[in-house]
Amino acid sequence: MERVPILKIGGVLLVSIQIDLHDQSVLALQEDLAEKISATGAHGVIIDISAVEIVDSFIGRMFATIASISRLFDADTVVVGMRPAVAITLVELGLTLGGVRTALDLERGMKILGQLGRGRDA
Amino acid sequence: MPPRSEGPEVVPISGDDDVVRVRQLVRTYAQQTKLSLVDQTKLVTAASELARNTLIYGGGGFARVEEVSDGRRAGVRASFHDEGPGIPDLTLALADGWSSGSGLGLGLSGARRLVDEFELDTEVGRGTVVTVVKWKR
Amino acid sequence: MTADAGRAQSLTDLMRTEAEPLIGKWVDAVAALLRGRQTRSELERDFREFYAALLPLVGNDGRDVSGPEFGDIRSLLDEYSRARVRAGFTPSETASSLFSLKRVIFDLTENSDDPQFYRQQRAFSGLLDALGLLTFESYAQARDEIIREQSEQLLELTTPVVKIWEGVLAVPLVGTLDSARTQVVMEKLLEALVETGSEHAIIDITGVFAVDTQVAQHLLKTVVAARLMGAECIVSGIRPQIAQTIVALGIEFGDIVTKASLADALRHALRREGVDVVRSRAV
Repeated sequence: MERVPILKIGGVLLVSIQIDLHDQSVLALQEDLAEKISATGAHGVIIDISAVEIVDSFIGRMFATIASISRLFDADTVVVGMRPAVAITLVELGLTLGGVRTALDLERGMKILGQLGRGRDA
Repeated sequence: MPPRSEGPEVVPISGDDDVVRVRQLVRTYAQQTKLSLVDQTKLVTAASELARNTLIYGGGGFARVEEVSDGRRAGVRASFHDEGPGIPDLTLALADGWSSGSGLGLGLSGARRLVDEFELDTEVGRGTVVTVVKWKR
Repeated sequence: MTADAGRAQSLTDLMRTEAEPLIGKWVDAVAALLRGRQTRSELERDFREFYAALLPLVGNDGRDVSGPEFGDIRSLLDEYSRARVRAGFTPSETASSLFSLKRVIFDLTENSDDPQFYRQQRAFSGLLDALGLLTFESYAQARDEIIREQSEQLLELTTPVVKIWEGVLAVPLVGTLDSARTQVVMEKLLEALVETGSEHAIIDITGVFAVDTQVAQHLLKTVVAARLMGAECIVSGIRPQIAQTIVALGIEFGDIVTKASLADALRHALRREGVDVVRSRAV
């Protein structure tokens, strides 16, 4: 089983998914992220799925789960780079991401986290 | 004209890796049949849901993937076979179960929405076969 | 039955020995019919091929033209009919090309009173009728294909996704929306969001006269899909009748942003982009 690497950039944890996700990798990623957020005190998590060709209900649920976990540590989650075909399929599948924030690309994802962070400090 | 089938391929489903393998195989067939990118994605996603059902609820089994034609258009057919407990309540199994958090609901009903043809053959105590087809638009 | 040895001549023999003058007359007849829209040499080239393919079939009454012995003539006629469609000939003109051969042959043989010869002619006439019908079918098929191609091209033409501002795309939809067309447009729009890095898209339906449940569903799904990608869609220009349909169908537009006009939608999008539009001087 391959593990998805988690990078730390400033106060943000970046997860860039570049592999065809096994269910076990999904579960491992959730655990790794929880530990990493708690250890680093990150204020945001970005999941980059621009390389992901399919998101089924199991992977889709991971986004919501990660967002909930992050929230417990007072961190925000943004999913970036979802492909059009994946988005259309998710809508047809009937899957909502449970209010997870999304952005077109990494740059905009960072911007959103910045704005949210400022809002929290104010 | 009899339906043209090209090299049906069978993959066992007995673990996590196999779900990924089924996805990759279905994608290969979908690309070969020249389904549009959106249709490829829909079919592969449906296959992923169904393969996981076979693994988790059917206790494992196998998937069969092939190219089909009805004389006018080409398509990809994928079927998922298990010898598990079967599905006692079909209506419940096919209802949208996402909100209640049960995995089975969205798996079956969601997969059905992603394909053009969906057939479910189940017998309690004997097993389940789900067959889906996606036609080229 | 044996015919008078001196006069006995099969149609095949006649067509073989008289090939050149027959083809010549056939070309003349059809060229006159088409009034110069096709040159004699073009016709002659085609008809020579037909003639060669027809010869071995003389004696066959054409009751079953799906057989393997008809393979050659079928593919020749199919090609011929398709070319005719593209060149703008009518189906009657196309089929007449074959029927004209009948007259040419009958003219040559009208003085014969040999009954066997008569039977051969009648069979040949039936064969040409059957082949004439084949050209009709090929013609219709080719025309269907052209219509399909054109409607696909039209789809491309009538559904442009345009960038109207940095970060703002617009799709002005015009005419009747069917499910297939809506799906194509929506996929194109989502692709364009990624390609141009736009966070706003305006779907303007001012030019749309009717919306059914399926189309409304596609619109809705597109808006939701765009949101999953991190972009916002605004639907503008909903006509009163369409608004009524949407309500009557019980379609929930929910929290989707709708604006009365494209201008309002653009203003909304610009505000969200953080762009202020002000006049350069007070009016």
